Formats: sequence, C-alpha cells, structure tokens
Amino acid sequence: MDDWLIAIIKVVCIWVWVLLIAVVMTWVERRGAALIQDRPGPNRAGPFGLFQPLADGIKLFTKEEIIPTKAQKLLYIMGPLLFALPAFSAYAVVPFGDKIVLGGKEIILQVSDVNIGFLFILAIGSMGVYGVILGGWGSTNKYSILGGLRCTAQMVSYEVPLGLALLAIVFVYGTFSLRDISLAQQGTFLGFLPNWGIFKQPLGFILFIVAAYAEASRVPFDLPEAESEIVSGYHTEYGSMRLGLYLFGEYVNLVTISGVIVALYFGSWHMPYIDLGAYLGPISWGIVSFCIFFLKVSFFLWMFVWVRWTLPRFRYDQIMGLGWRGLIPLALFNIFITALFIQLTV
Amino acid sequence: MNQNPTPQTGHDTGDYVTVNIGPSHPAMHGTLRVVALTDGESLIKVDPEIGYLHRGVEKLGENLTYHQFIPITDRLNYCSAIPNNVSYEMAVEKLMGIEVPEKAQLIRVIMMELARIADHQVCIGILGVDLGAFTPFFYLIIQREEIYEIFEWFNGARLTNTFGRIGGVDADLPDDFEERWEELKPGVRKANDETEKLLTHNRIWMDRTIGVSAFSAEDALNWGFTGPCLRACGVKRDLRIDEPYCMYDKFKFEVPVGKHGDVFDRYIVRMIEMEESIKIIDQAYKLYKEMPADAPLMARVPKVIKPPAGEVYSALESPNGELGFFVKSDGSANPYRIRIRPPCYMIYQAFPELVEGELIADLVACLSSLNVIAGELDR
Repeated sequence: MDDWLIAIIKVVCIWVWVLLIAVVMTWVERRGAALIQDRPGPNRAGPFGLFQPLADGIKLFTKEEIIPTKAQKLLYIMGPLLFALPAFSAYAVVPFGDKIVLGGKEIILQVSDVNIGFLFILAIGSMGVYGVILGGWGSTNKYSILGGLRCTAQMVSYEVPLGLALLAIVFVYGTFSLRDISLAQQGTFLGFLPNWGIFKQPLGFILFIVAAYAEASRVPFDLPEAESEIVSGYHTEYGSMRLGLYLFGEYVNLVTISGVIVALYFGSWHMPYIDLGAYLGPISWGIVSFCIFFLKVSFFLWMFVWVRWTLPRFRYDQIMGLGWRGLIPLALFNIFITALFIQLTV
Repeated sequence: MNQNPTPQTGHDTGDYVTVNIGPSHPAMHGTLRVVALTDGESLIKVDPEIGYLHRGVEKLGENLTYHQFIPITDRLNYCSAIPNNVSYEMAVEKLMGIEVPEKAQLIRVIMMELARIADHQVCIGILGVDLGAFTPFFYLIIQREEIYEIFEWFNGARLTNTFGRIGGVDADLPDDFEERWEELKPGVRKANDETEKLLTHNRIWMDRTIGVSAFSAEDALNWGFTGPCLRACGVKRDLRIDEPYCMYDKFKFEVPVGKHGDVFDRYIVRMIEMEESIKIIDQAYKLYKEMPADAPLMARVPKVIKPPAGEVYSALESPNGELGFFVKSDGSANPYRIRIRPPCYMIYQAFPELVEGELIADLVACLSSLNVIAGELDR
C-alpha cells in the first residue's frame, strides 16, 4: 500500500514539476531571446513578466477551437495528443536526484528505475513523430504536410546517431538504467578527471547533443516549423489549446533531453571531486542532490535558448547529409574506439 | 505536351504538387506571390505573380502637379524613401535645366547614403530572419531606428520622408548633425561587426548561402540587373561612379564586387557598401562644412513648375540598383507621363531562372537577398 502511495505521489510531483519547468521555460525563452537581442521582452504581466506564460495559457485555453472544414477530423484532433502524451511520459525514467530517506523508507528520486532505461526514452520519443505526421496530414494543408514530412525524416534519421551514441555509453557503464549510470559517475578516474560521461565519451557527447537538438527540432534543426519557409510547418492550421499542446510538448521534450544529458554525461547529481552525500544527512542530501541535478538541467535548458537565438537554420538536404554522412559514421567510429578501448583495458 | 505546365493552384499535376506561396506568407516581403510546382522539396517551376501592391503610382502622377508627386515617390521603395525622392527631383530638374546648388547636393548625398545604410540593414536583417538567424535583425534594426531618428529630426518624417524639393532641399542640416552622426557611426559599425561575427564565417550560414541561386555576369546583364545584385555577379557597375550625379565624383570610395552572384556575394556586397557609405558621408560632410553658412539651398525655381515640352530620363544608384524616372512634359503644370524604372522589376523577372531546380528554402533565401520591394515592383 505504502509503495503504491509513494509511486503515485512521485508521479504527480514529477509531472507537475516538469510541467512547471516547461511553463517557466516559455518565459525563459522569451526573456532570454530579449536579453540576447537587446530588447526588454515581455515585462508587463507580473514581476519581470513572470506571469506571461499564465496569460498565454489563459489565452490559448479560451480561444475558439477551430477545425478547418477540409481537415480530417480524427487525425487532426489526435495529432497534438499523440505529440504531447509521449513528451509528458518520457521523463518517467529520468532521475531528478539521488534518494531521500523518509521514516526509514528509502525513496529513490526517480519515477521508475526500469532496467531498460533510456531504451524507454528512445521508444517513447519516437512516438512523438506520429503526432507530428498525423497532425500535418490531417490538416490537409500543403505546408503542414511538408512540415510533417520534414519532421518525420529528420526525427527518424537522427534517432540512429542518437541511439549509437547511447550504445557507446552502455559499453562504458554496462547498464541501461539511468540511475545505475548516474551512480557510476561518482569519483574520479586517471586521478584527476571526474567520472563523468563527457570525459569518458567526449565524441559521444557531441554526437548526442547534436542529435538531441535535431530530435527536439530546435534551431539549427527547426525545419519542421521553419516559419519563413513553410509558415509554421505541421501546426500551421492549429489554434487554441491544440497549438498549445504542440508548443508545450516541445518544451517538455527539452526538459527531458536536458535531464538525459545531465544524467548520462554530466555526472547527474554528483559534484565533481567531492562526495556531498557522505557529509549530509539522508534528507538534506536528497534535497541537495535534487538541487544539483536541477542546476545542471537549467544550464542545458539555457543552452537550448542560447543556441536558438544565435544560429541560422540548416536546409533540408544539409540536415539529411549531416545526419547520414556526418553523424552516423562518426557514431560508428565512436563505438569502434570505445569497444577497442574496453577490449584492451579489461 | 508541355513537360512542365504553368503551375496553377488547385490543380496538382501528376507527380508534382503546386504550392502557393504568398501573397500572405511570412517570407513574401510585402505582397509578393509565387506559385511553385514542387517535387517534394525541390522546385520544378516557379511562377511569380506581381501586382498585389499596384496602386497606379504612375497614373497618379499625371493628375498631380510636379511637386505633389514627390510624396507619392516615398511609397515606392519604402525602405529607403530618400533616393526615390531625389531621383524624381533630379529628373524634373534635368527637364527644366536647373542647376542645383552644391550645398543642396551635399545634403542630398548625406541623406541618400544614410538611406542606403538603412536599406541594406533591413535587407541583411531580413535575409538573416529568413534563414533562421533572428538575432542580427535586431542588432541592425536598432541602428536603423537611430538613422530614422536623424531623418525625423531633419524633417519630421521617419519612413516616408518627402525629402527635398525640385531645385534643391527645403531645409539645411540641423546644427548638431555632426554630434548625431559621430554618435551614430560607431553604432552602425558595431552592429555590422556583430552581424558579421554571427553570420559571415558561420558554417551553417555559408552552407546556406554560398552557391545558392548563383548567376553569371552575362545572364545578369542580359536580364537587366543593376545595383548590389549585379555587382555580386562581378560587374563593376555603379551609377555613382559611371555617371556621377550630386558631386559623387568628388568622393573616394570603393565599389565592392562579388564573384559568383550567389546569395553570399549579395550579402557581402551589401555589408561592404554600408561601410563605404559611411566613408562617403564623412567626406560629404567635410565638404559641406567648408561651404559658407548662407550658401543657397534652392536654385531659382518658379512657384508653379511648368517644364518646357519634352521628355527626359534620369537615373541614380538607389540602394537596390538603378532607379530611373522618365518624365514627359507637354508644357502644362501636370506631367504628361511619368514612368518609373524600378531596379526590382528587372531583377524579379529573372527570379524563376534563379531558383528553379533549387529547394524551397533557397527560394526564400534568394528572394530576400534580391531585396525585392513590392511597393517598387508593382508601383
């Protein structure tokens, strides 16, 4: 009974938490863009415009839901749902801290530590493609179809280097579980380098982050919604909260991706060179580990904003070329090197 | 049977899909429309449609007096109204044989070059936006705003300046022009510098622009290209040097020339031209300061302008290229006929040739780099 209760509390808490970060991210995105672009940004609703996401949400919810007459109703309605649901569920296997001991019960700060770990994320992540392609197709709009096709091609292509980069991580840590990988990143190796994924897999990290940007279809890979070419891509015909689900789902994806990057490559909740868990009590360590993890996630979330407002956008053929001719051979090379290294050292 | 039938919306033919781009589309500046026959992402046939911003400017001229037509010329290339005004005024002055005082000519040069900087800033900024780089747009547009401040403080208008009169200019440069200009100059240079840092050597930017919609010098000349688009193809043609007007022969400046005529070259040519414009303004202002304070600003012009019967064509180097006015007079107070030769019109004709066979994303990049302004195109 207790376990059930804890599980439900964790699910609700982490769900609300991820949603909250995603909401705040919309604000960070706009204020960050303004900061980079030398302008004030939204600053009217509440202090520093912090209530702007709330205002946007109210606006989206209260708008009339329009279904274009020529749209295929079922697909049109299913699109945003199929996009948002996987986005909301992918965070389930990503940790958000070490563990907390309450009343003699050890609670790991992760919704579910399944042994297939990031295979679950990959599987759920690719589900999002259906939302995009169905939404694009169901809108019966040429721009939407183009956007949907672009998105599908891009996501399917970049899943390969993403998966290959993760495979190298499995070689190094010998497990799929994100919690086990996180635990293995404590301490140092070679005497001075923290035991982090980025130091063991530098090339893998670069491959992963590039592929992850493409998966999240963020600049410079934002072709599916390139506003100057195909208006808004797959969500051209969407309005009200259906559009909101698409936009919001993207931010939730960002949170998940940042979480995965931190858990795999940036030492999860560990500080470099110092094991805080040994000095702090079980409850305070739980809170501190959560904070450390969150700080790292925030940095990568900010990096998404930073990159978005700095780089131009690729062209369709260039994105495919980069994926198939650049990243995949490199990822294979990375796997080869990793395997060789492991073979020689073990 | 025609292999590539003219694209029509609503009739998707065979393997190809017709995509209607514009007239209301984020990348179609103003109200341009392109009907494209596409095979997936690549363009098979492109059919630009013009006329969505046609306001009958030339016909309007026949019913207005010569002076009343000046505000109408503002609405041609609304990104830089001043060269339009001056070009028209020069045409009428040529028709009447008026010699404009040197001080007025210098003021015209200063203002026209400011307008050129503003125009290029908008063009490059929008090119960036269309290629997904949003930030340089803001750096440039903030500086354009400062230039508009100078325009506003010169005669009260920011966008539609209605600059000058037939026979000279109506007002002298205000006293603190030098301060304003010295304040503005580093800002413009800094914005250009930042844009350059963000774009020029950016790998993605280079991939997106180098070789895209490249055009040979011969083709460009045959299609009647002028301005930065022609110079990007490698032809050193600039009316400011080839057929000097407004004392341009007294200034030292470089005319940048590209090589391949692709989007990248057009971008670079515009970037360099801004720097050259700054140099021209500096030189012009130096000459201006040497003029006596009470030097005339207007030639002796009758109150009602009635040029002798005859016709004249006069052109100048507007930011987009050769902007010419043909004015025919029958001796009355209204022009008998006004015909405008906008640079975009000739350039936009070659648009299908430039983009056919490329991708949809290149169409957008090409269009922005040509800087087609609907107001000037449709008139």
